This record gives sequence, structure tokens and C-alpha cells, in this order.
Amino acid sequence: MSDIAFGRLSEDELEENFADMYPPLDAKTAGIEASRCYFCYDAPCIEACPTGINIPNFIRKIATANYRGSAIDILDENVMGGACARVCPTEVLCEEACVRTAQEGKPVTIGKLQRFATDWLMETGEQPYSQGAPTGKKVAIVGAGPAGLAAAHRLSQQGHDCEVFEAMPKSGGLNEYGIAAYKVPDNFAQKEVDFILGVGGITVHNGKKLGTDVHLADLRKDFDAVFIGSGLGSVQALGLDGEHLDGLHNAVDFISDVRQTGNMAELPVGRRVVVIGGGSTAIDIAVKKKKLGAEDVTLVYRRGPSDMSATSVEQKFAQNNNVRIKHWMQPKAIKTEGDRVTGVEFEYTRLDENGRLFGTGETVIVEADMVFKAIGQVFIPDPVRHEASALELNNAKIVVDENYATSLDGVFAGGDCIDGNIGLTVAAVQDGKLAAAAIGSYLADK
Amino acid sequence: MADLSYSFAGIKTPNPFWLASAPPTDKEYNVVRAFEAGWGGVVWKTLGEDPPVVNVSSRYGAVNYNGQRMMGFNNIELITDRPLQINLDEITRVKKDWPDRAVIVSLMVPCEEEPWRDILKKVEDTGADGVELNFGCPHGMSERGMGSAVGQVPDYVQMVTEWCKKHTEMPVIVKLTPNITDVRQSARAAVRGGADAVSLINTINSIVNIDLDVMAPTPTVDGKGAHGGYCGPAVKPIALNMVAEIARDPECKDILISGIGGISDWRDAAEFISLGCGTVQVCTAAMHYGFKIVDDMNTGLSNWMDSKGYNVIDDFRGLATPNVTDWNQLNMNYDIKARINQDLCIKCGLCHISCEDTSHQAITASRINGERRYEVVDKECVGCNLCMLACPVDNCITMEQMDNGKPYMNWNEDPRNPFSTAAE
Repeated sequence: MSDIAFGRLSEDELEENFADMYPPLDAKTAGIEASRCYFCYDAPCIEACPTGINIPNFIRKIATANYRGSAIDILDENVMGGACARVCPTEVLCEEACVRTAQEGKPVTIGKLQRFATDWLMETGEQPYSQGAPTGKKVAIVGAGPAGLAAAHRLSQQGHDCEVFEAMPKSGGLNEYGIAAYKVPDNFAQKEVDFILGVGGITVHNGKKLGTDVHLADLRKDFDAVFIGSGLGSVQALGLDGEHLDGLHNAVDFISDVRQTGNMAELPVGRRVVVIGGGSTAIDIAVKKKKLGAEDVTLVYRRGPSDMSATSVEQKFAQNNNVRIKHWMQPKAIKTEGDRVTGVEFEYTRLDENGRLFGTGETVIVEADMVFKAIGQVFIPDPVRHEASALELNNAKIVVDENYATSLDGVFAGGDCIDGNIGLTVAAVQDGKLAAAAIGSYLADK
Repeated sequence: MADLSYSFAGIKTPNPFWLASAPPTDKEYNVVRAFEAGWGGVVWKTLGEDPPVVNVSSRYGAVNYNGQRMMGFNNIELITDRPLQINLDEITRVKKDWPDRAVIVSLMVPCEEEPWRDILKKVEDTGADGVELNFGCPHGMSERGMGSAVGQVPDYVQMVTEWCKKHTEMPVIVKLTPNITDVRQSARAAVRGGADAVSLINTINSIVNIDLDVMAPTPTVDGKGAHGGYCGPAVKPIALNMVAEIARDPECKDILISGIGGISDWRDAAEFISLGCGTVQVCTAAMHYGFKIVDDMNTGLSNWMDSKGYNVIDDFRGLATPNVTDWNQLNMNYDIKARINQDLCIKCGLCHISCEDTSHQAITASRINGERRYEVVDKECVGCNLCMLACPVDNCITMEQMDNGKPYMNWNEDPRNPFSTAAE
């Protein structure tokens, strides 16, 4: 019998569970941590940062209490430095590359220091950026997520006017709708959006979806250039019967519900929860369910721990939150009673001698009141494919050249929707930043 | 187990660790706590003539470094601000209650024979083991013609030392100021005056910080600051050098030395003793962490002496002194080169950039299949040690002696020296 309930935990328990995952550093501890940085020559951390922040430089400035200088170093390269400080998998980026990792397995906590510096600046209320001398050029930007906002921020500084068309009622993209609440509490995503828009010259139209409310052909006509940073639209299917049953959910939808709800106690929570997938989203949903009061949460992944795209730190984080992780099992059938999900039948998997995954035929049923799919999102090309002039796609994503230019003249793209993007906030910001530079050159030549 | 006791100019002490004349030794209460913790002796905070001095509020300043507090420390306090008789009574009681510990009394009175004679008599009556003449205090008292105002004039040092030796049987230790150009001049004056020992260094004239909001030195007294006496770990190198200068000066005739200056642990103490000190005096470390640090000092020194086979302090006292020499006695044919242990290297590149930007361009930076690699160019390496010192990994960079087959040759003998004996 299925057991889905509301308000499994008290308000106090929920508040504690969804408080800041890692509390911020204070000035004293930040100074001590900053002094651990060796100020490397040719620092490996810089190379490991998708936005190429000069990490030793910003850390040295924390050590000397030049906090403003530190924050500017970060934001100049990554205007979403505050969000990235919170959500970047630093353990596989800058902190993995930190020479102290090689020396003693304890990197300088670069992410926490970055958060310290960017929080400091944002708390001052200062707006260090402003729109450049007007060029009279207009750029349309599709999507107010990390890629789109990063592009708009740079384009505004170049003096162009930007209009951003965002399908959702709020801006921020996955920072607002897709990232676990305990990583970005206190409405941080919206504060950051406000900070970015504070540069001026950017107008955001929320609730305007490409293909429905706005059309690429019109944007190309009405603007001097277009940047598409619309992200991924749909969740992949499991390829099993019963994908539309009660109790079977998309993880990203539920994460968005948690972020947008005013009252955690109004969210339905199963007593027994199964999450299928191996990435950050799978971890986020599994941990969230525990934090909301689920009794048993099982995360199932078809391969081994090192194959998961969730980092080892993320996996440990889930396990520390009492999520059980089962490897080498793939979903075979959704078990039902009437219209209700009662569990998932998994088949054990192994690798053959060629390293290919195969099902062993042995199965096991994991009982569940709620099942979450977190097996990745796909780009929905319909809005752009319906245009008279189609965009070239590859792997069902938009193809761009080294200047982020698509196959259509004057149309650029970046972030999760382009082929080859690694799906991190920080990578989307970098795409937006570099695309803005390319758009700037394009507009100058036009 | 090593015997840490020492007889310093006849003053018996169970270990070489004394608390220097300073706030920690201003009262019976503190001194008893120190003896309970295991300190071998104290130099009682400087007594002067009544009426006692008056101190200001806001007295200490500090240099913090990389989150480490009190790397350097300074103070603008004067001598004891308590009536003389109270101090004398307390000293008497403490010495009676703790007969096995060394109680030395620091003194500072005007530069006339009579005040010195009078106060020496009073101190003798307490049963104290000896006196230390405060010729060092660099602030406040010096403006009144005492402290370093005396210590900076060798003739005065000799004169006051002579008076003291004339008027007391107690051992006389002369505390020297570092605020001079050549510490040997005042040490020699103390020796000429008949001092039983010298102690050094007293604190160094200093301004530790300027408060950029107030635009005044710290410690700040109502918007103003005065220079104060600098001490703490930061001054140890200066103290070691001054101790060595005296230890190897023939005119100082092997005078006993009580080492002072940034001593925080047993290793610091061992270094001072290796340059000839018989006891060491501590202040800042105790003011930072409390008296219990003496436990590590005692056990650390004892364990180290055991590991080296030294049974008593004199077994290693002064062993480093003969190896402190003048630059012109160094071997010009000694040749070392940096060696980087690539297995230990963590690729921070500090060896490269320090050498490249500021020294001899003797460490290359390259990428091999994307991997950073730093290598020494022997031809350019002058063996300066900078890379080894900058490297954050212990033993990753070492300096290897080159076998060039050349014999010892100092600068005086070096044909490259226009004034060398070889060039003649």
C-alpha cells in the first residue's frame, strides 16, 4: 500500500534541514584559510576553473583584507561567482587541482573563499558595473539562466541594449529552479539576478517562451544579434511502461517545486523513495527527500561509483544524509497497484569483457511509494526547428563554432543547449561571457 | 635522562628556563603560579625608587602574521608600578617558599651611586639570588635618564656595574640594550665593570603598527602612540646574532650570558645555549599562552639532549659559537646546487618564479605532455637556497654539494679579491 504524506517533519526540523549546507566563513577563518594558499606560479587551479578566475590573486586579496579587490577579480571573470561558489563541484575542478591536494589531500577551500569575497561585495550593496557608452545596437537573449545573464552582463558593458526572453516567471534558470535548496538558501539566486541586472541596459521579459511567445525569425529581424541560452527543456524517458503513473516523477520538476514552495510541509513525501540516476540531480533529489522526512531513500545507478557523474564528495554527502546508494542495477519495470507506483523492478548489471554493460537477468524489486527519474535532461529543439531557417543540431543540441556562432548568421548560442557543454553553471557562464565577446566583434563588423 | 640544572654565576636553577623581568614577574601571585608550573627561575620585574611609576592604559601592541597572533609584540609599560616595600616583602616570601628556584631582582634607579647602594642593600635582605641591572628599557624610563639611556653609553654601563659590584656580594647580571650599533661595546663595558654575566637582548625600539583609521601608532593612548619595546618570535634572529657577537668576542672573556629574545620553545632555547648561554629568559610566549608552556620546554630540551647524548647543559653549551665567523673566513670554493625531487614536487612553481623574477633564472618551467615540470639549470644555479626556502614541501628541494676537488680558500686568499694575500 502506498504511503505518501505531507508534513512528515515539523517546521523546525524542516528549517534546520534546509539551512545553508555549509555555513559561510567569517573574516577571521577566511583570512586563515586564505593564508594556506601558496600563491602558485602557473597555478593549476586557474586552469581547472572553466571561467579562468585568477584564484591565487583573489585569495591573496582576502588574506590582506582587500575584499573588494578580491570580489572584483572573481566577478570580472564570472559574474555568477556567488552561485558558482555554492554549486560548483569544486572537488573535481579548482580544489582537485590545488597543489595542496597533491601535497596533503586538503585543498585550500577555494569555493568557500570565493563565496566569502562575493558575499562581502554583494552585502555592501555596491554595483561595480555599469553599461558602456551606447552603441545603439540591440541584442536578443533567449533564456535568463547563467548563460543568458552572463552574456547580457557583458554585452551591456559593451554598450549594447539587451532584451532577455525567459519562459519561466522568475529569472535565474537552473540556479532558481534546478539547484538543491540547501545549496542556495535565502533567495540567493534572485539576489544574484538583481545584482547582474544592476549593470543596466538589460530588460527581462518573463513568461516569454521561444517558439510560443517569441519566434527566432522575429528576433533575428528585430535585433542586431541573438543569443540562445535556453538550456535543456525535457527529461529523458526511462523507456519503460507506466511512465505516466502517479508516484513516478521527474526529479527536476520536484526540485523546482521545493525551490518555489513557500511551505515545505505542503510537499508530498513518500515513506519509501527510489531515485534512478547517477548525477548531481539524483543526489539532490535523494537528499531532499531525506531532509523532507522520507524513511528510506534508495538511489539506484546502473554502473559503479566511479561512473557516476556525481562526484565522490556528492556521493558521500548523500550517504551521510542516510541515502542508500545501490550500484550495478538498471530499471526493468515499474511495479504498480492500480494507478499507483508500488516499486521498481531492477535487473542486476555487469560489464562484459569489452566493457559493455549488460543485464544479468537476475532481478530484484525495490518497494517505493515515490519514484524519481534523474537520468538527464534533453534539449527540445522544436522551438528552433519550427523556424523557417533551421539551426544545425548535433547530438540533439545546437552546433556552434569556436565563436559560439550557430549555423544562422547573427545567432549565437551557449550553455546547456549547445553541443559539447558539460552541464555546469560555471561552464554556462563562461559560454555566455565568451559568446558576448564574439557578439561584440560581430556587431562591430556589422 | 638529561640533567637540566645549571649554576649560573653561582645562582642555582633546576632548569635553564627563567621568566624575564616583565609583567609575568611583577607580583608574588604570578611568580608562584610560574614556579608551580615548573619555571626554573624568575627575574623580578624591575624595581625602582618610590614613589612608583604610573603606567598608561593601552600598553601592548602586536604584529600578527598569516593569522598567527603575536609574531612580534611590543609594550610601552614602565618598571613596576607598585611600592618598593611591597615588592621586597613578596620577594622575601617567594624566595623563602621556593628555595630551589632562582629569584633574580631587576633594578633601575637614577645614575648615581647612592640610590644603587641603597636599593642593593634592600634586595640583599630579601634573600634574592642576584640582581639584573636594567640598562635596556627603551621607552619612558630612558626619557628620565635611566634604562637604555644608560645602556647606550658604555662608560655609564661600566660605572654602574662597578658601583653594584662594590656594594653587594650578590651576582650582578647586566641586561643589555639592542638599541645600539655594536652590542660588544656595552658588553665589554660590563665585563670591565666586573659583571658576573650579561643578559640580552632587551626590547627593540619599535612601532608595531599604524592604525590607519586613527592615523596613530598602536598601542594607541587617546589618539597618540609612543615607540615601545619590541619582542616576541620576530626578534629572535636579532638576539641570536647579538649573543653570538658577545660569545665570540675575545674582550668579553667568555662572560656568562642569559639569552633573551623571542624564545618560545625548547628548540629556541637550545639554539641560544649552543651560542654560549647558560640560561634563557622568556616573556612573550608566556604572555601569549600562559606559564604551562614550560612543560614542553623542559621535556623537549631533555628529550633532545638525550637523543644527542648530552647529559648536562654544559655538554652542548657554546658548541655553535666557533662556527659563527666573519664572512671573509667562509670557503669560497664551497659549491652547492639545488636539486628538485620530482616525486615530491606538487607543481606550485614557487621555485621557478622566485628564481626567475628575483634571482638567477636557474629554474625552468615547462610542460611535458601537459604536466608542469620545474628543473634546475646547474650552469645558472649559484646555490643561494632561495628555491629551497620558498618550496612549501619539506625536503623536496635540497642543496647538493658539488665535488669540485678544490681546497678551502677564503676571501682573503681568493685571487679574485684585489686585496687578497694570493693576489700579492
